[in-house]
Amino acid sequence: MIETLTYEYPASQGVQQRAHVGVVASGNCEILLEPAADGSASIVVRTSVTGFGTTWQAVLKRFFARNPVAVRIEINDFGATPAVVALRLEQALESAL
Amino acid sequence: MTVLLAESFAERGARERARALLDAGSFRELIGPFERLSSPYLATQGVVPQSDDGTVVARGTIGAQRACVVATDGRFLGGSIGEIGGSKIAGALELARRDFERGSPTRMVLALDTGGIRLQEANLGILAVAEICDAIVALRLVMPVVAVIAGRVGVYGGLALSTSLCSTIIVSEGARIGLNGPDVIETESGLDEMDSSDRPLIWRVTGGRMRHEQGFASEIVPDDVAAIRSAVERAFADPHPLPALEAPAFPDPRLERDAFLRALGIEP
Repeated sequence: MIETLTYEYPASQGVQQRAHVGVVASGNCEILLEPAADGSASIVVRTSVTGFGTTWQAVLKRFFARNPVAVRIEINDFGATPAVVALRLEQALESAL
Repeated sequence: MTVLLAESFAERGARERARALLDAGSFRELIGPFERLSSPYLATQGVVPQSDDGTVVARGTIGAQRACVVATDGRFLGGSIGEIGGSKIAGALELARRDFERGSPTRMVLALDTGGIRLQEANLGILAVAEICDAIVALRLVMPVVAVIAGRVGVYGGLALSTSLCSTIIVSEGARIGLNGPDVIETESGLDEMDSSDRPLIWRVTGGRMRHEQGFASEIVPDDVAAIRSAVERAFADPHPLPALEAPAFPDPRLERDAFLRALGIEP
């Protein structure tokens, strides 16, 4: 079973370019980040580990509170821990700035 | 050969391996992750797909000559080859052959790290491997086709067959080349045949050093980017197009049938 989760956050900053980081491997995830035109960030998570919607929300909420970037993010997850997801998000943003 | 402060090839992902093999700054990916050409078959089977299907195709230069590197990522589903990844590899090989015919030869490197055909895409993977083998045989008539087997998985299954068709096979000590993996052998033939938890045994049988000793690999290299790069350049420096592969002489099945019938006392 795959669970698909979608989130949206307000955003005020732009990014320079798209970025691709990570890998769909055990305990890891792949992130595709693209600049979005409007003032909001949208995230789609596809994960093989179901039932962790609130955890995803907590990680993403914290990330976008610190970095209100207008981006479209796609995450393909293979059981990454919240810490790994947070680091991957930071890495993607760093490559996109 | 001992290399101090080696820059590991095996520790890199597929994209970084392709980048490492191409001349600095020349890497340009074809059908990259943002094309989102991922497997349409995995999600329906409960497996999360990857945006590049685990296969990276990159153009660039090697030794300032046009080149193409294909790299598979052993971390995503064991580097397995499905319809998309397989078609990317076969397509790259076919384009390289067409490049040669148009007068702009392309140096082709297959940096494979794969357990073989992806079970979730069974027949499509098998078809892809057939296309890859076909394309390697066509290309190696005119250009060297160089395999670099230096990842954590190595190369198994159908892609091991494809690898064997390459004109140069560069292998690292940590990589493996085999048809059935140790788990499959243990399951099918029992613990006496192969203990899949015995890592030294696995490397004694299918490890890079053994495969080189047996003549299945042309060159053994340390897990070091510079060493692998120079082995690849050497392979292209000596471009000796290989003769056409001879078709194996299969016995005529009709003769076998007739012999079988005679054994049963029936005159065919």
